[in-house]
Amino acid sequence: MKAKGMQGLLIGIVTLYLALLLGIPALNVFYQAFKDGVGPFLYNLGEPDFLSALGLTLVTALITVPLNTVFGLCAALAIAHRRFPGRTVLLSIIDLPFSISPVVAGLMFVLLFGRHGWFGPILETMKVRVIFAFPGIVLATAFITMPFVVREVLPVLEEAGTDQQEAARTLGASPWQIFWRVTLPTIRWGLLYGVILTNARAMGEFGAVAVVSGNIVGKTQTLPLFVEDAYKSYATPSAYAAAVLLSLLAVVTVVIKEFLERQVGYHSRGRV
Amino acid sequence: MSVSVSQPLQAWRSLSWPWRVTLGYLLLLLIMPIAAMLLKASTVSWADFWRIASDPVAVSTYEVTFVTALVTALINGVMGTLTAWVLVRYEFPYKKVLESLIDLPFALPTAVAGLTLATVYSSNGWLGAVVAPLGVRISFTRLGVAVAMLFISLPFVVRTVEPVLQAMENELEEAAWSLGANPRQTFFQVVLPPLFPAILTGVALGFSRAVGEFGSIVIIAGSIPFRDLITAVLVIQRLEQYDYAGATVIGTVMLIISLVSLLVINLLQSWGRRYEG
Repeated sequence: MKAKGMQGLLIGIVTLYLALLLGIPALNVFYQAFKDGVGPFLYNLGEPDFLSALGLTLVTALITVPLNTVFGLCAALAIAHRRFPGRTVLLSIIDLPFSISPVVAGLMFVLLFGRHGWFGPILETMKVRVIFAFPGIVLATAFITMPFVVREVLPVLEEAGTDQQEAARTLGASPWQIFWRVTLPTIRWGLLYGVILTNARAMGEFGAVAVVSGNIVGKTQTLPLFVEDAYKSYATPSAYAAAVLLSLLAVVTVVIKEFLERQVGYHSRGRV
Repeated sequence: MSVSVSQPLQAWRSLSWPWRVTLGYLLLLLIMPIAAMLLKASTVSWADFWRIASDPVAVSTYEVTFVTALVTALINGVMGTLTAWVLVRYEFPYKKVLESLIDLPFALPTAVAGLTLATVYSSNGWLGAVVAPLGVRISFTRLGVAVAMLFISLPFVVRTVEPVLQAMENELEEAAWSLGANPRQTFFQVVLPPLFPAILTGVALGFSRAVGEFGSIVIIAGSIPFRDLITAVLVIQRLEQYDYAGATVIGTVMLIISLVSLLVINLLQSWGRRYEG
């Protein structure tokens, strides 16, 4: 009886904590967006500044996600099953973007490509703008989301071992054939997991993009920057309309993750 | 001369394609930016570096950032362990909902988190209004910074502790019970010790995430120096004033602290693995 009471108390405390910190704030996003009905919500979604921010966010993700997927696959394939001096160091270097504050990451790109940066003068003579422009947003986003795919794919590769690849090789398969027919099917769920995490972060990144983009409305303003800008300029309804879209992205991400864990039985092997 | 040029070239040619892509990408997108910042920092003289880094406003942001991040990471150390315990050991009706909520801070863009937390915890918001009559304001104060950091660092401890709890066998506790240990002894002497490395790793990960956090805090905080201005916001403010040296020095301080916490996290994790083995 006493144990039962203790159990109830602990469940109560945890529920309350998660409700205060996660549940209620999450519900609030949808409440604020729809409290005046669907009409104003849809009106806010039709605003040109919003649409341009949405477009920029989608295009940025469309470039950075494949880029980091290719990098992640290459790094995982290169590192897996090999023990070499500096392996741990290399893995820590790949993990660096997770420990560096996004603002500091953005600053690094300003120091590289900004007007007073390393490549500033060259870029100026070539009339190419990186900072306060689209390329800077892509670079900063690629930096921030770099480790996700490697982290998920590498442990899966390590666990799967090399037997099947060796077998395919002795049977005369080319490296490409081995990759498409043996390696890829083995790592597909881990890869999908890494890709959806990359995508969620790429679309939601704020700090690094805020530093390099210049936040020019209608030009270099991504969706998360639009949310902040609208809120700070007291356009709260349009901030929440955009927030709903970004929350749906989060919901889709969590749903795919749950699908992978429950249906496929795939559990993330990457470090948290 | 030609030898010194062709040697790296030969080494490069001997690499497989995945290696070339990996190293090339890391060099361009990771090593070069970090080098750019460190080189820029090295152009500042030591005296100037120290003056900028120990400026009273900067010091106040370190205090707000690191102390708040540490306190919230510790709170989540306790609450996260409790959450993992409840989710692994108990069955209750809406458990799956809670389970899915945990990952929300990983998946939800930080700007959205900041927006909704600022609204909910403002003096006339759903939760802020509850404490407002007591004279407590959360949004636009340091408490707001804490709430955002609690939000952002919540999943880490839960996700590091969960697998260890799952692998831990009930028999261990039952044995302790049957040998006459009371619940308190069982918890502190049997359950907690194997969980400890995982809890510390989660706390360190949460701390390092909270220290670097910008998006949600810049929205919920008032960013007033000496009160709720965090270091990341100070870096941006310096940049906006075209004070590149100032931004670089403070950014370098943040970078060094990130590297130290990364080292600590790695040590904690290898400690945890030894415990498992």
